[in-house]
Amino acid sequence: MPETVPPVSTPQSPLPSHHAVPLYRLAHSRTGDKGNRSNISVIAWHPDLWQVLVGEVTEAAVARHFAARRPKQVTRYLLPQLQAMNFVIDDVLDGGVNDALNLDSHGKALSFLLLGMAVQVPAALMNRLAGPAGE
Amino acid sequence: MANPPSLLIGCAAGFSGDRTDAAAPVVDALIASGQPSVLIFETLAERTLALAQLARRTQPEAGYEPLLDDLLRPVLAQCLRHGVRIVSNFGAANPWGAARRIAALAQDLGARPPRIAVVRGDDLSGPEHRALLQSALGAALPAEPIVSANAYIGAEPIAQALRGGADVVVCGRVADPSLVLGPALAHFGWAPDDWDRLARATMAGHLLECGSQVTGGYFADPGYKDVPGLARLGYPIARIDVDGNCTITKPAGTGGRVDERTVKEQLLYELHDPAAYLTPDVVADITQARVTQDGPDRVRLEGVLGHAQPATLKVNVCFESGWFAEGEISYAGPRAGARARLAGEVLHERLAGVAPLRIDLIGVTSVFAGDDSGWRLDAGMAGQGDEAQDVRLRVAWQHRDHATAQRLVREVTALYCCGPAGGGGVRTAMRPRLGTVSCLVPREAVATGFDWLN
Repeated sequence: MPETVPPVSTPQSPLPSHHAVPLYRLAHSRTGDKGNRSNISVIAWHPDLWQVLVGEVTEAAVARHFAARRPKQVTRYLLPQLQAMNFVIDDVLDGGVNDALNLDSHGKALSFLLLGMAVQVPAALMNRLAGPAGE
Repeated sequence: MANPPSLLIGCAAGFSGDRTDAAAPVVDALIASGQPSVLIFETLAERTLALAQLARRTQPEAGYEPLLDDLLRPVLAQCLRHGVRIVSNFGAANPWGAARRIAALAQDLGARPPRIAVVRGDDLSGPEHRALLQSALGAALPAEPIVSANAYIGAEPIAQALRGGADVVVCGRVADPSLVLGPALAHFGWAPDDWDRLARATMAGHLLECGSQVTGGYFADPGYKDVPGLARLGYPIARIDVDGNCTITKPAGTGGRVDERTVKEQLLYELHDPAAYLTPDVVADITQARVTQDGPDRVRLEGVLGHAQPATLKVNVCFESGWFAEGEISYAGPRAGARARLAGEVLHERLAGVAPLRIDLIGVTSVFAGDDSGWRLDAGMAGQGDEAQDVRLRVAWQHRDHATAQRLVREVTALYCCGPAGGGGVRTAMRPRLGTVSCLVPREAVATGFDWLN
């Protein structure tokens, strides 16, 4: 059954000494498109957050988060020099700019769909997060 | 022999429809630098060429960038006077038409007659190329009439034209970063297989090709990524050195920002495998790249590697694909969501069985839902958003046949009288639909070069 994606998903089982926060507090992001394929960059706000991103924002986690868009494949490329990762998501644009009926036929907004994903951050790194605390 | 000086390349447009007042501050900064300088405009997206071909059908002299005059008029005379060369793909589907228009514009402005080069070879829409497309696409070759077929060609013809003394180089479909690599090749005289240097200048081009997207455009997120002066963004200038490494800046006194974050976002934009960014000129590898702040609004990109250019060129083929119809109506106040949903149910019933119908409740759920996974009348989602206070129902579909596609428009309009209470603000649209297929063709099958306008 189709499901809508809530803006921030709830973590399954929070670890002790970790906090669930939305990805946008750890990273910034931009979406690009070519045909029916979307690429979404995820760039750490702070170098100390890089390993958290690598551990939490996995291909499987992103595929789950985008399940309602039924991507055919999710591929993650790591760029440790830039503390960035690049997600390539196939067949997620309803056919691409010429075929999609979606208002956002380029999928420009998809970076913010990803940024709403919940990730587990060790308590010791909470002071590295971007944005107002407690959000 | 001393190294040639750095080359400055400014970019004053990142797509067709970009701001037209961006060039003047960029040109002022280029001239003030006193260094060899080039101004580029990148105005072609995946479907722009097909739209340009359609424009040319009704008006033979059209088919180039519709905003050409607005982009060039403020800066053309000054560029010619100070030797700032202009390179752009604003020729779109009619580079000769664009070249003639630029010559006329220079005359209007009382500038000296520019030497204008027109790059050829990208347009594969003619019947003589049919066999090539047939063999590359096989069964994927569309049965529908082809609107445009263009190869993404590379930097070499641009470099040749500049070496030959061109003031303005007009291209159609060249790969976006080739607009930067071409001038760098002409300026530095790199060997054609100096892959690292080619790749570095290519990535400089990649950073520039979307204009303000590297200087604070498409970046702002209040409270997280604040951008000063977003209403008066400065467009980027790359200083490319003899090794192809670059420093990105923007004109003094303009809005926007250049920092590691803006540069990293743009570096990864529309990229797939970072070890193999494919262009007609070189395969660029950014896995070892470094991005470092080098001063206020100055960021340096180094460490890009290059590998041999691909043996094939990418070709995009656009074809006629029927009609796209879209309609919207607003509901506001108590139970607006429930009324909008009821209107959607009415359309769903009246348009059933014709074509897949996309239904959005803008304000409740819209762009994040996929075409086949969103708000569905039959998916047990009744009640979602019923209490929303200001909702716009939007429906869309496509159909090969114009009259059939138009039924959606008529049914949305009819909601004025026949739909739920209080609906208002109907807007509808009918647009010709374009389909796209891509393929690869052998590089040798595409003959590129340039000709002088005069």
